[in-house]
Amino acid sequence: MFGEEGLLNELLVERFNYCVYVVLLLIGLYAMIAKNNLIKKLIGMSIFQTAIILFYVSIGVKEGATIPIYLAEHDPHGHHAEHIVHLDEANTIDVSEENATPLRLSHEQDHGHHAPRSLTDEETLGYANPLPHVLMLTAIVVGVATLGVALALTQRIYRAYGTIEEDAVLAAIQAEDAATVIPDVLATKPKAKKG
Amino acid sequence: MKKVALAVTLFIGALLLYAAKDFSVWGHLQSPASASPVSKHFIADTGVDTEVPNMVTAVLADYRGFDTMFETVVIFIAGIAIIAILRRTGADADSPAIQRESDVVAEPDLIVTNTVRLLIPVIQLFAFYVLAHGHVSPGGGFQGGVIMGASFILVALAWDLPKALDRLSVDRAIMLAGVGILIYAGIGLFSMLLGGEFLDYAELSHVLPVSREMARYHAMLGVEIGVAFTVTTVMFAIYANLSTRGRLEGGL
Repeated sequence: MFGEEGLLNELLVERFNYCVYVVLLLIGLYAMIAKNNLIKKLIGMSIFQTAIILFYVSIGVKEGATIPIYLAEHDPHGHHAEHIVHLDEANTIDVSEENATPLRLSHEQDHGHHAPRSLTDEETLGYANPLPHVLMLTAIVVGVATLGVALALTQRIYRAYGTIEEDAVLAAIQAEDAATVIPDVLATKPKAKKG
Repeated sequence: MKKVALAVTLFIGALLLYAAKDFSVWGHLQSPASASPVSKHFIADTGVDTEVPNMVTAVLADYRGFDTMFETVVIFIAGIAIIAILRRTGADADSPAIQRESDVVAEPDLIVTNTVRLLIPVIQLFAFYVLAHGHVSPGGGFQGGVIMGASFILVALAWDLPKALDRLSVDRAIMLAGVGILIYAGIGLFSMLLGGEFLDYAELSHVLPVSREMARYHAMLGVEIGVAFTVTTVMFAIYANLSTRGRLEGGL
């Protein structure tokens, strides 16, 4: 299936990031399914999460683009500050009434040039899509918080059963159930016969 | 069992690789993530709409402000849940802590504590920088909050947990986490009272002496401060509870 030269090239060279994410995801998935120890399952869950984060960040990559923060020439805030300085200069010179007109002219030109404007399609090619980064930024922190909850549950299970091996915990739960349920069953059986 | 798990895993892996064939090439300009109109809108108009140069912050705190608010609530709930799960009540509370040989009380190491004493102001200052500069450089409430929380955890690591709890007790931490969410929701509600929609920061220009775009800029800082409060305190509360199994004493 993967012997074909074209397919290998397509997968391993042009889409190497997807291969890495698949491998990481499988490691995490295998650990979650096959491992018996709850902490190992959680480690698997973390690896799985990392794979998803890698997937999102890697689909956000754009050839020739920089991080989604405006460069100085597109920076609206930078121009805004500059704009205020120009205004101040114009005002002070207005008061002294010297060379007022040329400065004002240049200021008008600056205004036309520097007012915040949408980027052209050409310019948007220079920036990566911010959305995957936003989603993963919150996902990482929320992932830490939810991992904390999972670890707390594991500690609680250890406190209650003295083990974090899944089969041992299951056996203990079944033993507990058996101890509590059997008297009930005996009590209801005669009634069932009468009915 | 393990063989079944391996078979299932490999089957899913084959499916994923089969699907990966249809994904666009690494970094391709026409990939859906790069060519979508949403992406184009964020990149082209963030500066016009909000005057924030860092598009990630603008999308996080403004365009997707509602989402981020509830992400913060999730973190808050996780903090409460950990405390609720690990809190010792009734018989649990009375049972004495298991004495281990490693429980021998040791003096905090002189070299470690003095290094940490030097490091912590720098870490906290950097946290404030990351938080306050999140509009124009990589950073923001989540990142600054995590760095700030790390400084408290460092105190607990270098000395012991009670020393860190003296500075930020778990009760106060959860209270401050709630304050963070109230700051966030409060800014949203306030802009609603001023005539806009929930989290429509532009309306704050009625009370701030700035343009509508700059009002969004400043409101984003306020929102990020709220996020930072919650993240800082919940990170520390998680550490304090997990490292001591809910006893909040001793520590590592």
